[in-house]
Amino acid sequence: MAETRPRTLFDKIWDSHVVERLPDGTCLLYIDRHLVHEVTSPQAFEGLRMAGRQVRRPDATFAVADHNVPTSDRSAGIAEPESRIQVETLEKNVAEFGVPYFPLLDARQGIVHIVGPEQGISQPGMTIVCGDSHTSTHGALGALAFGIGTSEVEHVLATQTLLQKPAKNMLVRVDGALPLGCTAKDIILAIIGRIGTAGGTGHVIEYAGEAIRALDMAGRMTICNMSIEGGARAGLIAPDETTFAYIKGRPHAPKGEAWDRAVAWWKSLPSDEGASYDTTIVINAPDIVPLVTWGTSPEDVVPVTGAVPDPANESSEARRAAKQRMLDYMGLTPGQRMQDIAVDVVFIGSCTNGRIEDIRAAAAVAKGRKVVSGVRAMVVPGSGLVKEAAEAEGLDKVLIEAGFEWREAGCSMCLGMNPDQLKPGQRCASTSNRNFEGRQGPGGRTHLMSPAMAAAAAVTGRLTDVRELAR
Amino acid sequence: MQPFTTVTGPAAPLLRPNIDTDVIIRVERLVGTAKAEMGAHAFEIWRRRPDGSEDPDFVLNRAPYRDAPILLAGSNFGCGSSREGAVWALAGAGVRAVIAPSFSDIFANNALQNGLLPVVLPEASVSAIAAEVERSPGNARVTVDLERCVVVSPSGDEHPFAVDAARREALLAGLDDIGLTLRQADAIAAWQTEDRSRRPWAWPT
Repeated sequence: MAETRPRTLFDKIWDSHVVERLPDGTCLLYIDRHLVHEVTSPQAFEGLRMAGRQVRRPDATFAVADHNVPTSDRSAGIAEPESRIQVETLEKNVAEFGVPYFPLLDARQGIVHIVGPEQGISQPGMTIVCGDSHTSTHGALGALAFGIGTSEVEHVLATQTLLQKPAKNMLVRVDGALPLGCTAKDIILAIIGRIGTAGGTGHVIEYAGEAIRALDMAGRMTICNMSIEGGARAGLIAPDETTFAYIKGRPHAPKGEAWDRAVAWWKSLPSDEGASYDTTIVINAPDIVPLVTWGTSPEDVVPVTGAVPDPANESSEARRAAKQRMLDYMGLTPGQRMQDIAVDVVFIGSCTNGRIEDIRAAAAVAKGRKVVSGVRAMVVPGSGLVKEAAEAEGLDKVLIEAGFEWREAGCSMCLGMNPDQLKPGQRCASTSNRNFEGRQGPGGRTHLMSPAMAAAAAVTGRLTDVRELAR
Repeated sequence: MQPFTTVTGPAAPLLRPNIDTDVIIRVERLVGTAKAEMGAHAFEIWRRRPDGSEDPDFVLNRAPYRDAPILLAGSNFGCGSSREGAVWALAGAGVRAVIAPSFSDIFANNALQNGLLPVVLPEASVSAIAAEVERSPGNARVTVDLERCVVVSPSGDEHPFAVDAARREALLAGLDDIGLTLRQADAIAAWQTEDRSRRPWAWPT
């Protein structure tokens, strides 16, 4: 029977992947692509082995090590024993189960959420999962992509399906044009600041509007990446000509006649006129300014030109106590100007902001300037191919000349699993996605911001309005 | 999976909002720690002071909460990373149920895969139960009854909660999802055949 009700992009992808619908609404959902990394997969492969099960679709599964790989020279192997064991375990598992894998010294190695789109593995209309919450990144291509736990990783490996309840639809429309000096990172921080870290719980967020349409794929990926910081398991952007141009010619992209058929299908995916959303949020792009976080939750957003908020203004005792706790952890006082906050470390990279466009933005600020003495500034490309592209453009030289460290691809200081960690009390201007207590190292203090803003902090030694540097 | 029917015991009040998975289990503990040993590291950045000693002010370091099978938490519990280690750590520390006004979606799914029950109650109910517990911390017992889908407070107040029917049955019986799904092998194969002709480009050759 033909479907006549107007449907959202999410509804269409969901409906086209339902294998079985249970009486309580839970669906057995088919998964098109499964990305695997070293940290959340060992127990899943072990589970398969113990039950005597195979990987159902090795051809639809891709593995790469990213979370705890060192970002210093790796040609002599991994020095850290635990990191080495995890990578070796992954290599053993992919060999045993026949899963395609990009080894550590392959230029295609990198952060799984950079690699998937870069290789053309992630495509519109697909269901994509990975044992990592930032799988939402791939939604930028118009795919339903979400993070899963290790039990679910095992479930997908064994069955190529997942048992899921359909999410609710949330529309976030960003109207108008983004002001100069503002980036996709500022858009998503503004959204999270508005809806809060649980605002999207139970929902899939579709981002739409003029400011989203105007973004390149890198910017769209930055936005979808942080959907999870707004509580939504997945973020989506309708595929359009920008999307198709990005995918065309990538190694795993459809070719020839298959390409034409694929594009025709992809063009049917955008939400229908009159499709309804459970929640709609409208943001006015011209009102967005460069943003930074001050607390230990990504919703703790202020303009860089603003000041540390006062817990006394909170509505309840519990909220006052929570905010005061954050200030104590962050070593900040109410009313302190954000631009007076000095930083010790600058981290540019991660699945949020580790693409070539992000490195270009950082290099543009760094060019002809110097990292302030005493500040450690590091740039970690999102993949080996991003690194090669940056080097071909000479961006590495600009950054090294300015005093930045130029490192190998991986997740690095975004989560502090490898030796790239903050020391207790150190303050970091970071392009990553989470400012949780201890996220970048025990006792570390994180301020989230865009790559240009992080580079500006590196060359001034304090949180800085990048628009001031441009003058 | 360990079945979940009814759990009764002390309930530790930890009513902060947005307790994230980085706090529940530090990322470095995910490497080289067996599932069964993760319990020792649950909440370690709050449980331990920088010198490694226990922080006596932290609720889970105090009797009778040290081995409490039930946690009372603030909203958006388990936000952040998808790491299932957060659930393994809680389960390893003896926690069978977390009662909170809301949970992150991924955490809730992970919990259900491991026989740990995320119970959603209104904020006022969670606060009321916590207040009862704190009035008589030594004796207060809370019951989470999945058969009847109620939480029973120390004074006997009953707070009903909802859980998906299929999830409830799987938890009560301790059934493993993969085994259940593999019974649908024919339906999955049929879907694949149909999709291969509908979206040939999505099928690597």
